[in-house]
Amino acid sequence: MSDTASENSITLNFGPQHPAAHGVLRLVMDLDGEIVTRVDPHIGLLHRGTEKLIEHKTYLQALPYFDRLDYVAPMNQEHAFALATERLLGLEVPKRGQYIRVLYCEIGRLLNHLLNVTTQAMDCGALTPPLWGFEEREKLMVFYERASGSRMHAAYFRTGGVHQDLPPDLIDDIYKFCEQFPRVIDDIDSLLTESRIFKQRNVDIGVVTRADAEAWGFTGVMLRSTGVAWDLRRAQPYECYSELDFKVPVGKSGDNYDRYLMRMEEMRQSTHLMKQCIEKMPKGPVVTEDHKISPPRRAEMKQSMEALIHHFKLYTEGYRVPAGEVYAAVEAPKGEFGVYLIGDGSNRPYRCKIRAPSFVHLAALDYMSKGHMLADVSAIIGSLDIVFGEVDR
Amino acid sequence: MEERLTELGKHLQLALPGAVRGQSAAFEELTLEIEPGEVVRVMKVLRDDPKCQFKILVDICGVDWPQRAQRFDVVYHLLSLTNNFRLRVKLQVDEDTAVPSIVAIYAAANWFEREAFDMYGVSFTDHPDLRRILTDYGFSGYPLRKDFPLTGYVEVRYDDEQKRVVYQPVQLVQEYRDFDFMSPWEGAKTILPGDEKAVKKVGGE
Repeated sequence: MSDTASENSITLNFGPQHPAAHGVLRLVMDLDGEIVTRVDPHIGLLHRGTEKLIEHKTYLQALPYFDRLDYVAPMNQEHAFALATERLLGLEVPKRGQYIRVLYCEIGRLLNHLLNVTTQAMDCGALTPPLWGFEEREKLMVFYERASGSRMHAAYFRTGGVHQDLPPDLIDDIYKFCEQFPRVIDDIDSLLTESRIFKQRNVDIGVVTRADAEAWGFTGVMLRSTGVAWDLRRAQPYECYSELDFKVPVGKSGDNYDRYLMRMEEMRQSTHLMKQCIEKMPKGPVVTEDHKISPPRRAEMKQSMEALIHHFKLYTEGYRVPAGEVYAAVEAPKGEFGVYLIGDGSNRPYRCKIRAPSFVHLAALDYMSKGHMLADVSAIIGSLDIVFGEVDR
Repeated sequence: MEERLTELGKHLQLALPGAVRGQSAAFEELTLEIEPGEVVRVMKVLRDDPKCQFKILVDICGVDWPQRAQRFDVVYHLLSLTNNFRLRVKLQVDEDTAVPSIVAIYAAANWFEREAFDMYGVSFTDHPDLRRILTDYGFSGYPLRKDFPLTGYVEVRYDDEQKRVVYQPVQLVQEYRDFDFMSPWEGAKTILPGDEKAVKKVGGE
């Protein structure tokens, strides 16, 4: 390093309480003037030991922890855990349950992208998009609440299906939302897509090549922005995704702006998927009829002794999952969210490793921001789409 | 799917002589058990072999089996985009042996190995920066080991007199109760209070 460079070089501490850090992220940055030479993210400030806690809980009790990982799109996480246990148990989810799951996963995708796109705009200096986006998020959270009783921590996707059926007027309201929502996307689009400031802050910033994206283990939008058409909903379809029609947007240049455009398009596709789910949703049970796994209806319990026993056993001992190990992954809004579950035949998981996309993407922050200006780091963090609930677990 | 699993399994057995201990297929997933010292060679083949093309490292994690002499499993999950295929690679190590790091092959391994080190104390040789990652600065112990208590050993609070955060041993008003709901007729290992005699009797006869 030359003398002039070392005179200019400083070490800057960023966070852990910083509005652009999207949570409790502490960065130790080495700067040469205003150019970033090294970024060392210090994570773990939100570490709650989720994996350890899950080892001490029954399968049903473990489920709500997944809402608290990526709290921006809670049900998508639950989905991975439910799929993992179902595969160990060899359970089939009834068709209506599958459609409800997909419907709510796509609501989760909207929740996530609305937050990400608009707060990234805020990182780049625009204040209106978050206000507009959060209004829509609030409507979506009401849909969460009307299905599960909770705006965020839903615990709605249970092993074998979903907890309860949707009331008919809720389905109508979701459909009405889908009708008007594209207009909101158009509004946000008109604010950002051609905005000179937004483009200057994002075009050609945080460029990732395909080879590097693969080496860093990117998935989801981060990988697709480099031109790889890879979406688990398409490549390894789970639930009823193979029966639905949707397009997977793929980027060209792998920069922040591409990722923004892709997220906007994914929201349009998600709305389209939600409409299809509602149109195609069959009648029938929403959760498996096997009462060794799913609890009986409350009305049944008033009449049937067997139902009462099942209820008691399920909420004390829980259900047993056969020994074995599986890895189940879903296309969460942020990328591949996976659960590696080891069962030992008892009512508790022996090991449950959570593979969070944000963790992997944040690991590449040093690689992505090297050589960029200090102000670009916050734009890159925004584009990485990280949430600390799942980075730290 | 089954055919593809066995075909890939056979291919790997040939491509990696002396490195594969065994393999198994369950739940439509292929698991490869390898020699711990050979992990770098195995990963290179898995990434570059035209039949494998596992370009993406999805995950690395540890698993603790305290009753085993080689107590830790290190589990690697790989994904091939071109072949649309997943693979699990496993190896066993004891507490004192280090595993060769694969950061040179997959950049993503960096944080995953740090996490495995932090949570289980499995160390990796040739890792560029093997620090703790998720736990607190100055934390000691490996929290995901089975012998680490769920409540931990220390807790923090803000001390108003010293004007700083202090660490102190965990004080629980009520002991943590790990309920064992398994049916007492099958499998429950805990002895219920007052029931000690009954168990002894069975053992003595």
